Amino acid sequence: MRKADSALKGLRAACLGLACLCLSAAQGDEARPAAADPALEARVQAVTEELRCLVCQNQTIADSHAGLAEDLKREVREQLQRGASEEQIKRYMVDRYGDFVLYRPPVKATTWLLWAGPALLLLVALVGLAVVLRRRSRLDAAQFEADPEEAGEVTR
Amino acid sequence: MKSLKFLIPLALFLVLVLFLARGLRLDPREVPSPLVGKPAPTFSLAVLDDPARRVSREDMLGKVWLLNVWASWCTACLIEHPHINAWARTRPPVTLVGLNYKDDSAAGRKWLAQYGNPYAMSLVDGDGRVGIDFGVYGVPESFLIDKKGVIRFKQIGVLTPEVLSQKITPLAKVLDAEG
Repeated sequence: MRKADSALKGLRAACLGLACLCLSAAQGDEARPAAADPALEARVQAVTEELRCLVCQNQTIADSHAGLAEDLKREVREQLQRGASEEQIKRYMVDRYGDFVLYRPPVKATTWLLWAGPALLLLVALVGLAVVLRRRSRLDAAQFEADPEEAGEVTR
Repeated sequence: MKSLKFLIPLALFLVLVLFLARGLRLDPREVPSPLVGKPAPTFSLAVLDDPARRVSREDMLGKVWLLNVWASWCTACLIEHPHINAWARTRPPVTLVGLNYKDDSAAGRKWLAQYGNPYAMSLVDGDGRVGIDFGVYGVPESFLIDKKGVIRFKQIGVLTPEVLSQKITPLAKVLDAEG
């Protein structure tokens, strides 16, 4: 009994130790250097959220911790500090990495289908639906099967 | 005409298959560079073997040169490096310049000593800023630059023997003849 007791104590201590370790690890992760200038960091965040990380292509630069993304964040921060506008920074990125770096591609000859595609598909579907419905409305009622409830009433 | 209506779903399916087949062949990692056909960005970088010496874009004018971005931490570089070594021995009309990208210079020198140094020189881009100007987003990448300093070809990823002998060598010969 006493043996089990001490084993339990040991286990409890181990759990406590582990919890402390996890806690400190979590804190260590959150202790990132605080932004010197919150307003600037907010702008850096806003700009980098519009830019694609080319290393991990489904992430924005703001979300990514890839080496290149960190470098580009630094670049954006420095350019903002120098007084560059968001448009200038985007042009800087597009000049180097192409339109692909923009999360919202610009509307132009090569991208109009991308932008108009969903609307065009919807239009095609609506036209198709209209044609089918109109055709049906012209059909004689006898060509449709009766609704189940109606059919039941008739037999009753 | 009406009797062929049953073929419509099949036709739609075939169109879908075509799109999917095309999609399989596209590599999303190969982002077309807007820099091909444009002047190479300006830079002034220290030489890896001789940090006191600096080389700029202007120093390379009049030469056809291949800028190969590499780093000692880059595993894919280990794949392409033997190909570059072998290709350099065929004496293509190209000055081979390495860009030691975001690397520790000592580690870079050690890497070259270990795996061979095909480069006329390697330039040190420790913080990756020149890499950004060249639109580098992954290592290795390579740029073929003509005598006027214009980027004429970009290879994203590993230089294979095929790319080196079938694309870069012929293009370099043409560029070399351009004078």
